[in-house]
Amino acid sequence: MERHEWMRRQCRKLFARERDRGAVPTQSSEDSHIPPLKLKAKRTISVGHWPHQEEYRDVAQSYKGNIIHTTKYSLLTFIPMNLFQQFHRAANLYFLFLILLNWVPVVEAFQKEITMIPLLVVLTVIAVKDALEDYRRYLSDKKINNRIVQVYCGKQNAYIGKRWKDVQVGDFIRLSCNDVIPADILLLYSSDPHGICYIETANLDGETNLKQRQMVSGLPLQGVEFNPASFYIRIECENPNNDLGTFRGFIEHYSGARAGLDNKNLLLRSCTIRKTETVVGIVVYAGTKYALLLCDLGHETKAMMNNSGPRYKCSHLEKDLNNEILWCVLLLVMMCLITAIGHGFWLKQFKHAVFLVDEDMPPALAGFYVFWTMIIVLQVMIPISLYVSIEIVKLGQIYFIQNDLDLYNEHADCRIQCRALNITENLGQIRYLFSDKTGTLTENNMVFRRCSIYGIEYPHVENGCRLEMYEAKENEAAGCSVTVKSACRDKSLSCRSLSCNRSSLSLHTLAAESEEDGQLSNDFLPLTSAFCSRMAKEVIPDPDLVNKLSRLCAPMLLSGDVTFETTSSLELNYITDFFLALAICNTVMVSSPMQPQHLAQPQTLSKSLDGIKLIFQRFSLPLFSALSAHSPTRSRGSHGKTDDIFHSRNSYSNGPSDNEEDMRIEGGAENDTDNELMYEAVSPDEAALVHAAKAYRCTLRGRSADSVLVDLPGIGAMIVRLLHILPFDSNRKRMSVVVRHPLTGQVVVLTKGADSAIMNLLETPKGGEQAQETDSHIREQTQKHVDNYAREGLRTLCIARKVLEQEEYEVWLKGQLLAESNIDNREELLNVSAEKLETNLTLLGTTGILDRLQEDVPETIESLQRAGIKVWVLTGDKQETAVNIAYACKLIHPSDQILTVNCQSKDDCAALLEDLKLEVQCSEERISQKKTAEDHGGLSSGRKVSFILVIDGRTLNWTLEDASNCFLELSHSCKAVICCRSTPLQKSQVVRLIRDQLKVMTLAVGDGANDVSMIQVADVGIGIYGQEGMQAVMSSDFAISRFKHLCRLLLVHGHWCFSRLANMMLYFIYKNVMYVNLLFWYQFFCGFSGSVMTNSWVLILFNLFFTSVPPLIYGILDKDIPAEQLMRVSELYQAVHASEAPPPFVFWFTVLDAFYQSLVCFFVPYFAYVGSDIGELAFGSPINASALLIILLHQVIESHTLTWIHVFVLVVSAGSYFVFVLLFSVCCLTCSPHSNPVGVEMLQMSQPLFYIVCALTTVTAVMPRLLFRALHNTMHLSALMQTALREVE
Amino acid sequence: MVKEENESPNRPDNTAFTQQRLPAWQPMLSAGIVIPGFVLIGLAFIGIGVALLITSRNIQVLELDYTGTEQNSPCFQCSDPDQQDCVCTLQFSINSLFEGPVFFYYGLSNYFQNYRRYGVSRDDGQLYGDLSYFKEPYDQCEPYRFDRNKRPIVPCGSVANCIAVYTFRLFQIVNGQQKEVPLDGKGIAWWTDYNIKFRNPTVTPLRNAFNSTAKPLFWPRPAYELDPSDPANNGFINQDFLVWMRRAALPDFRKLYRRITEGDYANGLPAGNYSLEIAYNYPVLSFSGRKMVVFSNVSWMGGKNEFLGIAYLVIGTLCVVMSVVMLIVYAKFKFPEED
Repeated sequence: MERHEWMRRQCRKLFARERDRGAVPTQSSEDSHIPPLKLKAKRTISVGHWPHQEEYRDVAQSYKGNIIHTTKYSLLTFIPMNLFQQFHRAANLYFLFLILLNWVPVVEAFQKEITMIPLLVVLTVIAVKDALEDYRRYLSDKKINNRIVQVYCGKQNAYIGKRWKDVQVGDFIRLSCNDVIPADILLLYSSDPHGICYIETANLDGETNLKQRQMVSGLPLQGVEFNPASFYIRIECENPNNDLGTFRGFIEHYSGARAGLDNKNLLLRSCTIRKTETVVGIVVYAGTKYALLLCDLGHETKAMMNNSGPRYKCSHLEKDLNNEILWCVLLLVMMCLITAIGHGFWLKQFKHAVFLVDEDMPPALAGFYVFWTMIIVLQVMIPISLYVSIEIVKLGQIYFIQNDLDLYNEHADCRIQCRALNITENLGQIRYLFSDKTGTLTENNMVFRRCSIYGIEYPHVENGCRLEMYEAKENEAAGCSVTVKSACRDKSLSCRSLSCNRSSLSLHTLAAESEEDGQLSNDFLPLTSAFCSRMAKEVIPDPDLVNKLSRLCAPMLLSGDVTFETTSSLELNYITDFFLALAICNTVMVSSPMQPQHLAQPQTLSKSLDGIKLIFQRFSLPLFSALSAHSPTRSRGSHGKTDDIFHSRNSYSNGPSDNEEDMRIEGGAENDTDNELMYEAVSPDEAALVHAAKAYRCTLRGRSADSVLVDLPGIGAMIVRLLHILPFDSNRKRMSVVVRHPLTGQVVVLTKGADSAIMNLLETPKGGEQAQETDSHIREQTQKHVDNYAREGLRTLCIARKVLEQEEYEVWLKGQLLAESNIDNREELLNVSAEKLETNLTLLGTTGILDRLQEDVPETIESLQRAGIKVWVLTGDKQETAVNIAYACKLIHPSDQILTVNCQSKDDCAALLEDLKLEVQCSEERISQKKTAEDHGGLSSGRKVSFILVIDGRTLNWTLEDASNCFLELSHSCKAVICCRSTPLQKSQVVRLIRDQLKVMTLAVGDGANDVSMIQVADVGIGIYGQEGMQAVMSSDFAISRFKHLCRLLLVHGHWCFSRLANMMLYFIYKNVMYVNLLFWYQFFCGFSGSVMTNSWVLILFNLFFTSVPPLIYGILDKDIPAEQLMRVSELYQAVHASEAPPPFVFWFTVLDAFYQSLVCFFVPYFAYVGSDIGELAFGSPINASALLIILLHQVIESHTLTWIHVFVLVVSAGSYFVFVLLFSVCCLTCSPHSNPVGVEMLQMSQPLFYIVCALTTVTAVMPRLLFRALHNTMHLSALMQTALREVE
Repeated sequence: MVKEENESPNRPDNTAFTQQRLPAWQPMLSAGIVIPGFVLIGLAFIGIGVALLITSRNIQVLELDYTGTEQNSPCFQCSDPDQQDCVCTLQFSINSLFEGPVFFYYGLSNYFQNYRRYGVSRDDGQLYGDLSYFKEPYDQCEPYRFDRNKRPIVPCGSVANCIAVYTFRLFQIVNGQQKEVPLDGKGIAWWTDYNIKFRNPTVTPLRNAFNSTAKPLFWPRPAYELDPSDPANNGFINQDFLVWMRRAALPDFRKLYRRITEGDYANGLPAGNYSLEIAYNYPVLSFSGRKMVVFSNVSWMGGKNEFLGIAYLVIGTLCVVMSVVMLIVYAKFKFPEED
């Protein structure tokens, strides 16, 4: 914020000065196509000789340099700043309060130094941790700052190496392929002939697909070898802000030319240049435009990804803990009150007692003072150190979760990532699991399965067989696919660099790491990248379709064939456009080893012209012929090569039976580079479709900003000009490209999208009756196929097109250009413009894409359901697809009853829900009746019928608005709920509804950006490393690579973490109550005066050192039930918590036990020493020693596992106590004024009575708990445990 | 193997520790472990209990209350707070040999030496012989820090101020004659107190160190004249002073006064009549306390205490009983299952 303010001030100053001199360079009004900038705050950069250049330069120099500091502290400021931050914690304030209290002379309980120890220890521990983190940041900053980059130096007229931190705003920077961008620079020159530069933003958002950036257009500098010396420009742009998505400004050339700038021209810091030889740019924002953001990134990556702001996820256990601590506070106050009142009365009974120090003090006042003294004395009652301990324990738990081999995906080389550090125990209490479907339950590894064009279905039987075989083979190969391996390999680099926990990471470490990995990743970048596994993607074409396509290229002599006649030219037309759409209606990047010259040479066009002519003849449609006249340029040069056509003729003359083989041979012979083509797609569907198109030899060969190069069957490579791309949008649910059709030359809109989106946009049939009939026939058939596909579990996409008349196009173009050039609400206008275009479409066909289930999904779901977790599937897919997948993953059993809620209106919806509720209730009653009847008859009941609720997005919306209670009740009695066609917002609403209304722990798991909101809302959000970028992972609390890992994560780690933490917290409270009570009982024998029978050092250190480590180990390592058992008997997940008494009871039981133990621990020594000459400290010595033993033994009893680590820690703890007190009793001469321990322990421990007392005390105190445990374990071993144990036997 | 690791740098280590497979003793506290344990502990405790009880029974204790609140008490007159330098004599007899070495304690009840403000009212610096603390005593010593003339009090503080300066003389009445029993006042304080914790200033003569200081208000004599009979037993290392300064843990306490280890009484006090001459000088009525003298001999477990022995026996028996109960429970719950 500061920085922004500063910038703003600087700019204001600058402009004020300019205005004073009246020298604001006014722009000529001719440049009217660039609307005036409405930038609130601007920054100006100029190069070359402009008026007032000196001032500009000064200002530019005063802009923030490129040096970055992500460190929070410097050497000098560390102590004050760190202290300041630490005192934001309530716990530390409590300690501080105690210290201050101890400074008041009348209530002083201990020496002043001693009360400071707890605070000092806590502060030091945290400070050391912070310092280490900060130091790591400092080192990485240093590394980043000292990287070398080529910066243009005006004096030498050459690029010289400069360190990153010396780069300034206005510097020209030259970067080569694979360089990391050192600052936010404006792309002025790219070696690419089209002025394109590719960047990879993995360091910024984790996405590994390449993105295009365009050099500034509209300036007279294209094509010329760039020379900064002769380059005079002035750039005006917005001030730094933290919006990654937008950038606005304009550039003005000396010649007066002016061009608008947008995000497409900006290369962001820490991205990597790819596939472009040389790039030159000018630094507009040094440091970074997103300086604030960078700082945040280290701690709150989520904040970057989501402006909505993540909810702070609080652990439920900690809420319970807060309650318990409140009770502790109450207990403390009560104890202090008792003491205070007791002291008052005690004082009252004496008159002139010789031992009273100041008799004049009124008893009430003395009692008041004693109250505060007791607060200090009994301070450990409030387990403040518990908060620190919990943090440490959770770190330990996370360490073990991350190191679990079973949660490691070997093929992707990916571990589980724990991104949230404070909610491990939530994993153990999950009641509802909300799962995305695509990519979560399924691989999200799309393969083209079948398609329907012109209302005719092409089943691709062989393709299906191949896929099944592939799957089978894969299953043999231990489950995991090669696909995933190769796909994730590239990704794992970024996974790893992001996998550190939030607190210790900054973007710079990311950048640093990726640099190291840079070499590595480059090595296999051309070989492997997302979605390119050959085996999975290769599609075996359907013979029928191949046949039909071959008509397109077959020479006339085959025209007599029967099949040809059945294939109308309109259908052929549909088929070609269909595949053309598959090939080009996407944003797929093509890479091949031939890069960067991936665009074909111009002569290929002329080569294909011959073919075009032939095709035109074949189509012989009046429309086409008319239009072909329109484009004379295309048909003119028709003297190209005929080899190509000849070749295809040969290959297809053999008849349909051999077609497939032929095609393969041909594919190999025709084009070697075919196999080298790599497709990088943002979404796997796109890649699948491009691959499918390729199988039909409609191959996407290359892409530039305004054109694509495609092979067309029988024609060969040709350039298709991309007039516009209307990118995919989750609201529109479709994307379109506007192209000039390569064959007809018409302007054609090709749209691809969800059937629901497309079907509504189809043009109302017009024209002749026959045409109408075919049209509606096609539509009906296609709809039928779409439904069939969905039922089969395939993902469907509809392909449509629209032929634009030239005038129509021009009208639209105007609007579009206006929208594009608009700076202020460009996005909005573009959307409107897109919607305007995508109307009256003609349906071409539909595709069915197969997305296979991940391995072990059915088993995982079944296991989770047995664990009492309700699994809901929230998906954006079609209902049929969703239900089908649900069957496939055993979420629905064939015997289950499906309740479908699809309503047309709000009222219907409420009514339907009520009906269903009644129905469910009735059938439940029936079942229960039957059950009782069966019980009477002694028959075992059969499989219970369960209900599955299926609800669609629209209905869900109404439900959430009005009938949420009804919905909740209904869903409660259902085994599972499937929400289909749901939007990201709905997903999060559903999760929130369950979380807030039912007050249960929810878990959301997903892999894509559409799951982010749901992941954030749920108590536990889990991201899956998928094929759709890193957003889900970035916003998640835990990131896993396979769905099946959930099972172990919840059932084993969740259970462990929960029980470990719950037990540790109880133990901690027990420990404190037990120890503090010893001091309390003593008050009854010292006139309630706040005396202690212990040396105050020992008193403070007892909790801080001697008994602090064992509970930590207990919290990290304890295993109440072995992992195998938890996995096998998943009922344990729920049963263990259910069978145990409710938390308040357990808490009071523990407190009572602590009271009993402290009573024993105090009164056994009391009766052993009463009436003797025992000294105060000598009396405390056996009490302390036995308290220590009791506390440690109590833990041994409560632990479920004892490893050598436990034993070691216990022994060391006990040993350290005895060593400390012995040393202390020898060495401490004046270190502890009123309770000088010299000689006490030595003498005590040399007497047998000490051991006799300790033994009696310890055994008596521990016995009941031991007895209870033993009896409990023998008698009340729950039925589940017994079955589990029996299974083990 | 190495190659494999290189291939998957993210692979977690497969060690017993990281995979949480460390060999563990699972203390499933089942009957199998607990019953034998309880039996063993029970038996051991019963054994110890018996030994303690026997030892305790063998210890002789003689307690004589001389508060003098009762009319018939020989010290009745002296209990009047206004009486100065009152001496009373207590007669008692011993029926059998009181085995030596006999420890002679004085006892006080309802005296709160552990009262916090009393307890902190002392200056360890002074008592360590540090002269700088003589001039400026520790502020917690208030109101026994300076006397009325603003002279620092040495030793300052309430603990020292309230010292009970007793003088007891014990006589055995042999044939009507009083035969004084020699009382050994050496080594009654802790070795560490005498040698380490308390020290006189290294000034000779000792009284010079106390120049321009005042004696505690209640004290009849300054610290350097505590024991006129033995010049070495003065100042802060006076044995009686040391014993008093080690504050008692509980309000009813006794403190060692002397040991009877010498002459004819080295083996103990023979049967017979004794008279105890008491310089009665410490009023306890204000806090309704009691005063007494205690003769006792000690064993390896300290003074007489029946509680420990009985407690050991009870707990030991309980353990055994519990193990039997558990055996029954165990049999009931474990074996039907296997049938």
